[in-house]
Amino acid sequence: MTKTALQFRHNGRDVALFVDGGVNLLVALRELIGDMTPKFGCGQGGCGACSVLIDGELHLSCLTLAETVNGRAVETLDGLKNGPNLHPLQRAFMEQFAAQCGYCTPGMLMAAKALLDRNPSPSRAEVIEAISGNICRCTGYEPIINAVLAAASGGRARA
Amino acid sequence: MLELRKDIFADERDDNLKEIGKGTQRQDMLGHVTGTSTYFDDHKLQGMLHLKVLRSPHAHARLRRIDTMEAERSPGVRRIIRGADVPRNLNTLLSLINFGKDDEPSLAVDKVRYKGEPIVAIVADSPREAFEAMAKLRVDYEPLPAVFDVEEALKPSAPVVNETYPKNTFVYHDVYDHQKLRFGDVERGFAEADHVLEQRYQMSPIEHAPTETNGSIAAPDTNGRYVVYTSTQALFFSLDTCAKILDVPSNTFHFIGGTVGGGFGGKVDTLTEPLAILGAMLTGRPVRYQLGREEEMQFGSPRGAERIYIKDGVMRDGRIVARKIRAYFDSGAYTRLSSYAVVKCVAHLPGPYTIPNVHGDVYCVFTNRTPATAMRGFGVTAMDFALECQMDKLAHLVGIDPMEFRILNAYRDGDMKAHRREAKNTALIECVQVAAEKAKWPLREEMKRMSSRKDGGGSRAAISPTPLEPVPQRAAVSQQRTTYDRAPAAIVQPPPPAPTPPPSPRPQAPSHGATRFSSVFGTRRR
Ligand code: FES
Ligand code: FES
Repeated sequence: MTKTALQFRHNGRDVALFVDGGVNLLVALRELIGDMTPKFGCGQGGCGACSVLIDGELHLSCLTLAETVNGRAVETLDGLKNGPNLHPLQRAFMEQFAAQCGYCTPGMLMAAKALLDRNPSPSRAEVIEAISGNICRCTGYEPIINAVLAAASGGRARA
Repeated sequence: MLELRKDIFADERDDNLKEIGKGTQRQDMLGHVTGTSTYFDDHKLQGMLHLKVLRSPHAHARLRRIDTMEAERSPGVRRIIRGADVPRNLNTLLSLINFGKDDEPSLAVDKVRYKGEPIVAIVADSPREAFEAMAKLRVDYEPLPAVFDVEEALKPSAPVVNETYPKNTFVYHDVYDHQKLRFGDVERGFAEADHVLEQRYQMSPIEHAPTETNGSIAAPDTNGRYVVYTSTQALFFSLDTCAKILDVPSNTFHFIGGTVGGGFGGKVDTLTEPLAILGAMLTGRPVRYQLGREEEMQFGSPRGAERIYIKDGVMRDGRIVARKIRAYFDSGAYTRLSSYAVVKCVAHLPGPYTIPNVHGDVYCVFTNRTPATAMRGFGVTAMDFALECQMDKLAHLVGIDPMEFRILNAYRDGDMKAHRREAKNTALIECVQVAAEKAKWPLREEMKRMSSRKDGGGSRAAISPTPLEPVPQRAAVSQQRTTYDRAPAAIVQPPPPAPTPPPSPRPQAPSHGATRFSSVFGTRRR
């Protein structure tokens, strides 16, 4: 099978690899680069577990052909921390008990980051809208919404 | 403020309840928010192969011929696995506690009994090559009439779903086609009642839909052992199930799990491990078997459907005097855990109420639907839905407030429960009182003064005369003995240490596992 050469920025570092035609970004990240933070939940755009940012915009990596990120910047949960320091969203998710099994968490955090990057003080309705493509089967959405609002207001919980 | 009933399980914990009312962080939370919690699929192993399964498109069909020739030659294919390659291609999950007969193959051989049933497994270098080979498999099906309704399945003319149980019902105590409860005389109760209400309730199957689909990765380890990364919710139960199906001692396996991407009961059935391990055994390479979302929906077992009929006799003053229940659990094509769900359901009848005459018949029925399994409170959930709907209707019928109607009929300490055990540590009255208070639901003063610890026992502790019924003929020697009717003395004592068993490739019927499903035996859960 012919392979395509591909270069992009992955969490701030340049990566270069060869991918088979038709391989999606989720498989490229997990199996070729070894970044296991985006998760497979459905492979068909239904769950949001595979959410990543491409040039700052939220995308479902399972529905993105790997070839299309050539020359672009991909961010995953693996790049959210700043060295040993957690991102405010990560701290807020911990403090608000916004995860149980944790499988949706990488996607939720990326969806929340995409929101806060473009709108640092969202309303509750805007948070709900922003995570509406992400399914969580365990926690219930309230703690997650509260965590995003708390992160936006500098760690203080808001009603 | 209610006092805490610390006498419950007092011997099992120290009297130190300082955690209640405080948030306590999960130990895995940091891993979750940093994406470093390791799920089964987060293991990348050198030379890993991928296993995909051809599934039945029919709900019921005979397999006339399976032709794998062309698929074998497909690029990237390492191995095709058929039923004949599975060392013990018949199992039932609860055989680990000697409950039920082996009735389910890992890969179908003569027949498929539900849509999605596995027939052939393909191990290939990549998922894509496995799918391409799958398209080259040829299976000749002879579709058979199928049955999807529990009551239809019980008719003599219904197609036989699962030949292990030719009447389409699980067999209890080697004799009965259902699990029974008899306490007092319901017919006399109905004759005396001021009102009789009969209703039908139905619950559909429910899919757990965990965000992580079922799956596992098995890899050859040293010393002839295999390491298995799995999404299972029941690590040791799965390990023993694999040892039985693959006919090896259980110390052949090192199972690694515990980080599960949502389960809710849908990850106890050992759906993927046996084939992943067999693939690793046959190829000598790590093998990954992960369900896709469509497979999870079609083949991953749901909470089973239930149909429930309740007939109650009630007096004008609000006392329920008779309750008769007939219920059908849709087990799908194989037993899995539905047999146990029925036992649990019957033990739960008639709900948390003191009723002098109770009659229960609950069937575990086989149909051509996806086999059902555990899900959060299974065996009790749908029955409680039906019972509590019925309680509201009865309250309405006799013109009593529904909260007060529950307090009136609630069991109290010292009452006799329908399965002939004295009620202890009851608290339904207090629960209703607190719920009413929180919901600002007005209760009359006398209802607020009632207590689970007052006015129980006495005539409420009596067992009313129970008519005897003829016992059906015991079937010929059963394949496996149901052990939950053992003499209780054998269970309360811990078994003496067993002598070292001779090395045996075939696992003996294990004695462990009994504590896990302790409510089958009636022993205390640890
Ligand atoms: S895996 Fe991409 S949306 Fe579900
Ligand atoms: S925490 Fe399990 S899916 Fe969200």
